[in-house]
Amino acid sequence: MKIPILKQGDILMTSIQVELSDQDALDFQNDVLEEVLRAEASGIVIDITALDVVDSFMARILNDTANMVRMLGTECVIAGMRPAVALTLVEMGRKLIGVEMTLNLEQGIDRLRKLIEERGAS
Amino acid sequence: MDTAVIQIDGLADIIRARQSVRDTAHALGMTLADQTRIATSVSELTRNIIQYAGKGTVTITGEKNKGYVRIRVVVSDNGPGIADIEEALGDGFSTSGGLGMGLPGVKRLVEDFEIKSRPGHGTTVSIAVSRRLWV
Repeated sequence: MKIPILKQGDILMTSIQVELSDQDALDFQNDVLEEVLRAEASGIVIDITALDVVDSFMARILNDTANMVRMLGTECVIAGMRPAVALTLVEMGRKLIGVEMTLNLEQGIDRLRKLIEERGAS
Repeated sequence: MDTAVIQIDGLADIIRARQSVRDTAHALGMTLADQTRIATSVSELTRNIIQYAGKGTVTITGEKNKGYVRIRVVVSDNGPGIADIEEALGDGFSTSGGLGMGLPGVKRLVEDFEIKSRPGHGTTVSIAVSRRLWV
């Protein structure tokens, strides 16, 4: 199960459109990191609009991936979390700490551009 | 009352089980929030099966009653069992290097949570979500 990662200019975009098994999720995390490095990207937006269940494992993968991407020296935004998913994660006591989130992909790209700009300026 | 049993034997079965639960909740007319709560709970509980017991079963029962609908899910295995249930239900508990979010997280998501376990005799967790019907 390979999730396509698209490149536009210096940023990457990816959208998780299928339910991922735990192993798929780990592979995805690895692919994101490899692709950021290979493409020498300035940042990546991960769209999760299609995910109707995000359990604690998937939440951790997303959280870790975002932090790992930042650790590489690039930016990461997660876009499109469904309201019912946000509700469930907060009720469970799980939060995506320190991760940039936006309502949708379009806002995600805008936010990513700003973050890249700020990083460049500092 | 409809009952379905799903065998849990590998990672793909986690997805199968939670989709099936979601479909049942949807068919009963439950809200998106409740569908997501119960599906996420089943995801957590079936992962415990894979992690600790290897295999087990998920039994899904949808009930349509006068005045309310209910979905009950029983997640059962013949694995090692839990020595200290109270500890396993405490926040931050994990023996597998995981999140420690499994059981306490599920308990917060559902309105009905029951766990039976004995070391060497497996674990059975029963959860339910119901919705009142306003006529």
